[in-house]
Amino acid sequence: MSAKPAGQGPGAKRSKYRAGLLTTSPGETSNLPARHRVGTIWMVIFQASTIIGIIALMTLLFKVINDSFGYAIISYKTEPATLVESATPIEELTQNDLIAILQVNLTSGRYQTIFKEIAAEDLSQEELVDLVITEVAKPQVAATFTLLESIFEKEEIYQYAIDNFPGGFLTFRNWVSLDFVTSPQSSNPLVAGVRNAILGSLFTIFIAMIFSLPLGVMSAIYLEEYARDNWINRVIRTNINNLAGVPSIIYGILGLAVFVRVLEPVNSGAMFGIGDSSSTANVRTILSAGLTLGLLVLPLVIINAQEAIRSVPRSLREASLGLGGTKWQTVWYHVLPNAIPGTLTGSILAMSRAIGETAPLVVIGASTFITYDPNSPFSKFTTLPIQIYQWTARPQDVWRNLAAAAIIVLLILLLAMNAIAIYLRNRYTRRLA
Amino acid sequence: MNTTRPEINQSISLLDRSMDQKEQNAIEVNNLSIYYGSFRAVKNITLEVPPRKITAIIGPSGCGKSTMLRSFNRMNELVPTAWAEGEVFFQGQNLYAPDVDPVEVRRRIGMVFQKPNPFPKSIFDNIAWGAKINGFKGKKSELDELVTESLKSAALWDEVHDKLDQSGLSLSGGQQQRLCIARTIAVKPDIILMDEPCSALDPIATLKIEELMRELSTEYTIIIVTHNMQQAARVSDYTAFFTMDEDRAGYLMEYGETTQIFTNPKEQVTEDYITGRFG
Repeated sequence: MSAKPAGQGPGAKRSKYRAGLLTTSPGETSNLPARHRVGTIWMVIFQASTIIGIIALMTLLFKVINDSFGYAIISYKTEPATLVESATPIEELTQNDLIAILQVNLTSGRYQTIFKEIAAEDLSQEELVDLVITEVAKPQVAATFTLLESIFEKEEIYQYAIDNFPGGFLTFRNWVSLDFVTSPQSSNPLVAGVRNAILGSLFTIFIAMIFSLPLGVMSAIYLEEYARDNWINRVIRTNINNLAGVPSIIYGILGLAVFVRVLEPVNSGAMFGIGDSSSTANVRTILSAGLTLGLLVLPLVIINAQEAIRSVPRSLREASLGLGGTKWQTVWYHVLPNAIPGTLTGSILAMSRAIGETAPLVVIGASTFITYDPNSPFSKFTTLPIQIYQWTARPQDVWRNLAAAAIIVLLILLLAMNAIAIYLRNRYTRRLA
Repeated sequence: MNTTRPEINQSISLLDRSMDQKEQNAIEVNNLSIYYGSFRAVKNITLEVPPRKITAIIGPSGCGKSTMLRSFNRMNELVPTAWAEGEVFFQGQNLYAPDVDPVEVRRRIGMVFQKPNPFPKSIFDNIAWGAKINGFKGKKSELDELVTESLKSAALWDEVHDKLDQSGLSLSGGQQQRLCIARTIAVKPDIILMDEPCSALDPIATLKIEELMRELSTEYTIIIVTHNMQQAARVSDYTAFFTMDEDRAGYLMEYGETTQIFTNPKEQVTEDYITGRFG
């Protein structure tokens, strides 16, 4: 009978075994119970550390979700009912009436701006109603409630809304809606979205990737396959590991010094005659940000690629060389293809670190408020973490809901990238095995 | 060492006379020593390997058999600290001359390794790859033919002809090793080195490889390192017995026809080893 060591599972209880059953000499005492006890204690400690980690993560997730959904009280600056003399709600007014309301209540400048592109008469009745509501009635978020409050204190919230905002209405709001993802940034929390930020994030990450992936893989090939084992190369290897641990804000300062200042003509696009040199973008462009993030993840990419290359079995290299393959052919046809899954996985994980970076982008000057999409590497940009950071810093409560929603979007983006990493790894591994 | 050398030469010259007089030795090793850093792994080897025969290298662990074998196609150089002193002649050319490209050496002198190491590619590509990188410029049909021929020569065709697009790794261990042999044959080397090719295989697969070696020996010179003395006795025509001195440097103790080495060894050490008294 083989004794199962204690601590192998939650069911392994000390009392399950009776000590000394197999002891031969009568004087012999068994220290087995004590040994099992030590094992159990350590198991509990290990379990506890895991649980603490999980609790922390769950708290974060709960907090974010709690803020992303919930009741909101919307009140109007000018109540729609006061706009019309008759009792008809504005949704049932005719187009002409609606246009009249707009003409009366808007300044002529604003009116002309709105209808510069399209004549008022060409808009449908629904579109005009929307216009009246957003432009004249101007709904505002008066108060927001968390998901928990919305579920358990429904009655109080109703009462509070009726008491304090008789003209407003109460609505259950899903802050992380499709509209939120597809709308641009706005100063109005009801319509603000993260489209610019998502595109900015993806754009910078893309540039970071095409900058750091080839560079990193090529460096790794050199270091692993070609570099001799002398002291210079040992120093280089060690310092790449050190670079991976440098705080990201240092990279931001480096990016500011090199990409924003020294390489100004290149990174602003002025050298190529593109990019708007007149704007306030200066060199705070997507390109500068992408290169900075690329630099930030470069050591990680190199380390991952090195490890992937190192894990290609020696026997494979020998097989290739033994057939009369040159060093280059061996690297190109055998080492690299087999190192791809590891390199890709590691690199994408490095990228998902970069996508969450805020500090370096703040330093190189990411825009905190832009309402248009980045359209070239030389345009101004904002990214999701910057957007979140900026929203949480605002005084009104409602922005915190938006920040929570943006965090969910960022998390989904991260999960998607990691899923791609896993998919690619499995795909290539299957193909090779 | 000094006492054995004349006997080797004698045995080789006997053998030469019995075969085609003009035929050149496949490999002639002249006073070769191989070092790893300052450690001398094998010392002062002088050896002549006859063509189209199977020559086995046997000896106790750590006596430099594999090092010796790998020195024939300069595979040793993959170890950064390894270096060699002496000469290895192949078709009259010293392989260790400074202007000899090791890549060329390895294409002419192929190698089969201890553990089957097919590429993680299809069976077809496993064989075609070597030809392709060595500048095979034929049509697709010629490549197909080369693959077919190589697989047939390696006695693997019947087993894999209907699944050439499957991964080489999907085969059994013995099949993988024969695939590696087919891959080696496909680049048409003159000599095939085998470094304990059966040590990772079961007895039946081993037997198949041994049969294959006998067949291949009509066309190729084969040098095999083996731990298995029965195997050396079964398949080889000539046997080189290596042992090592007190500095752990390996050297050639005795070399001759396999039947002579196994039935009537000249050295007491050889006899002790093959009868299992040491090693």
